[in-house]
Amino acid sequence: MTIEVNGKSLETDEEGYLADLNQWEPEVATMMAKADDTELSDAHWEVINFLREYYEEYQIAPAVRVLTKAIGKKLGKDKGNSKYLYELFPYGPAKQACKYAGLPKPTGCV
Amino acid sequence: MSEIKKFLYVNRKAPYGTVYALESLEVVLIGAAFDQDVSLAFIDDGVFQLAKGQKTTDIGMKNFSPTYSALGDYEVKKIYVEKESLEERGLTPDNLLHLTYEDEDEDYAEKDSIQFVSRAELSDIMDQQDVVPSF
Repeated sequence: MTIEVNGKSLETDEEGYLADLNQWEPEVATMMAKADDTELSDAHWEVINFLREYYEEYQIAPAVRVLTKAIGKKLGKDKGNSKYLYELFPYGPAKQACKYAGLPKPTGCV
Repeated sequence: MSEIKKFLYVNRKAPYGTVYALESLEVVLIGAAFDQDVSLAFIDDGVFQLAKGQKTTDIGMKNFSPTYSALGDYEVKKIYVEKESLEERGLTPDNLLHLTYEDEDEDYAEKDSIQFVSRAELSDIMDQQDVVPSF
């Protein structure tokens, strides 16, 4: 599968995760969200940027439980709960947000 | 509710060259989602997995050592390194990554995850486990 972004054709796996995370640019997230009928708000971007930083530091996409806790610590308790994250990313915060962020599927996600 | 079991994942091999080290780490991260009492042991060449400053560009493999620092986030707080294995390889604790976790009971104070234990102590620790997967 491929996704068209800014006139470039980027390769993804069969579930839509970007094959090479170095090819990511913000438009990738915008395009992927559009395909899910979602428009990205600042709140979405906060989580996406957080995930990219987490990956940069630890070389993994965090499990949802770890993500929730870490978001709470970084962005405030009102955001560090699954209700908030599931409202932003109804397909599952770890899976959907990681996809938009260009990361591989979180370890342990089936 | 099932009973919480004590798991000790034993890591014996150098980080690259075989897939054991990475596989073990992934199993630990996946397993941490379940209610288990998880600890890790690094013995023999396994101590190299925690070495600081790993550089893998020349062998064309991903350096996954930064991921060990995420173990604290996954509530893995007990990491045993065997002193003898370290000494036999000319390594000291300073050569290893500094791994920490946050203690919720003490206002999230940062604490060291790694404990350096002797071969005899590690043998006792193994005795206390329910499950000891070896990689």
